[in-house]
Amino acid sequence: MSTTFIEGSIAVAKTVAVSRPHVISAYPITPQTHIVEHLSELVANGELKSEFVNVESEHSAASVVLGSSATGARTYTATTSQGFLLMIEVLFNIAGMRLPVVMTCVNRAVSAPINIWNDQQDSMTARDSGWIQLYAEDNQEASDMHLQAFKIAENKDIMLPVMVCMDGFVLTHSFDPVELISQEQVDKFLPPFKPEYYLTPKNPLTFGTLVGPDGYMETRYFIEKTMHASLQVISDVAADFHNQFGRFQGGLIDTYKVEDASLVLVAMGSIIGTIKDIVDELRAKGQKVGVLKVRSYRPFPKDEIYKALNHVKEIAVLEKAVSLGYGGILVNEIKSVFYGKPKTPKINGFILGLGGRDITVDTIHQTIKETVKASSEEKFIGLNEALIGGK
Amino acid sequence: MIEIRVHGRGGQGSVTAAELLGFAAHSDGKYAQAFPSFGSERMGAPVQAFVRISDKPIRIRSQVYKPNYVIVQDPTLLEVSNVLDGLQENGLLLINSKKKATELGINTKARVKTIPAMEIALKVIGRPIMNTTLLGAFAAATGEISLEGIRKAIQHKFPGSVGEKNIAAVLKAFDFIKKESV
Repeated sequence: MSTTFIEGSIAVAKTVAVSRPHVISAYPITPQTHIVEHLSELVANGELKSEFVNVESEHSAASVVLGSSATGARTYTATTSQGFLLMIEVLFNIAGMRLPVVMTCVNRAVSAPINIWNDQQDSMTARDSGWIQLYAEDNQEASDMHLQAFKIAENKDIMLPVMVCMDGFVLTHSFDPVELISQEQVDKFLPPFKPEYYLTPKNPLTFGTLVGPDGYMETRYFIEKTMHASLQVISDVAADFHNQFGRFQGGLIDTYKVEDASLVLVAMGSIIGTIKDIVDELRAKGQKVGVLKVRSYRPFPKDEIYKALNHVKEIAVLEKAVSLGYGGILVNEIKSVFYGKPKTPKINGFILGLGGRDITVDTIHQTIKETVKASSEEKFIGLNEALIGGK
Repeated sequence: MIEIRVHGRGGQGSVTAAELLGFAAHSDGKYAQAFPSFGSERMGAPVQAFVRISDKPIRIRSQVYKPNYVIVQDPTLLEVSNVLDGLQENGLLLINSKKKATELGINTKARVKTIPAMEIALKVIGRPIMNTTLLGAFAAATGEISLEGIRKAIQHKFPGSVGEKNIAAVLKAFDFIKKESV
């Protein structure tokens, strides 16, 4: 295996480039900037034959990829945080029109207060939009996931947009060894995009037209049905990728030392790596701990999660987002996995790492201690007591 | 696994120093990770960057709290930042300074070394950018990365004559520390 020591953003940009997108449109915003800067350089240097459309806002960037995807072009965009929120109206349209756009959501906190650092609140706000959402653990996976994303999105039976979520700064600005994918390899893996329906003067069609009460509900029904169908496709594409490239980072989920574990931590994104180190450390002391990575958050792989965790006594869900007024988001979905099942483990939820609060080894140890000690509960972890006026 | 923290000011190339260290270790056949202290860096403001080097794949993603090595690009930072924070007792503090380590009055059990990196950089590169010079000193003082690794890293990052000048500065700093150790 030959790896390149490269910044996460650049590795992603290079993978997107060899995926041969016809149209790229994006508006630069920290910490997504390096990805789109590098792509625009590749286009400007003539290394990438693609239309890079400069726009004045993320709403326009999303609209450009929507329109160009509808004409049958392979399209890509990337954004984060406030830019992501500005796109949201169009994101629902892209999914509703069944356009297989691929986007990188570089995960960052949302305002106010302004905060440019990492958490996952931005993409979580679009969990109900009809986009497939995949979360990357490291830069190798983030890079590989983009190639898989195009293949999943453009599958004739799916035709839904895919969002690759990667933690801002923690991954995008970190230099790591990454095995980059060559053009030849990509061409073997990803066939050219040939949609059945697209805009052309030769065969006029309408996308996203007005549909009344007599038909709207069925459009939602079909997206929901397709989301369920995509569970298999996501697994299959990960398996295909494994076959061709020899790398497997999980399909819908990935597990690490879960088989005989009595306590399992569940999380998404770059925190998984840090947790794996802690799992090894605790295993060496005889503690039966494991970690489950939710790789596909939408569709949500309930059955796979249940299968992986049904023997477990205690679960700690660690998440970098919060549904204000309700609490942890992922933790409640994990709880719902066990609804109506014969045995329910103790499930504790921890909200951590918001707005770039560093997730240290100690933070994660604390979640494990609390889970072992306390009854099932949800709480913020790693708060600065001085800022909240004591406990 | 060893962990390194680089202290500098915005514009001094601290993140680049971390990147080059990681690149050098990677080309030496080790696993490496390099990242900035994420933030909105401003010219002149104190910044940090981090490096991890290991024989095994590196999975941890938190910041570095107990560095084995600390590199200080700008001696004025000694007054405003706690560069010793978490530095391991058997570690090393490497400072860009004309002064001798003993003259700086630093209270630590770790080894302290100084290198006139600014002067070397001005003389050899012709610019007051001492990040690459410090890498030469780091290699000599710790042996954690090879000169060949640094050479590859610099050639990759700065192809052409700029890179060659930087490599010359690296060699000068390497010799400076080696001679001092004899």
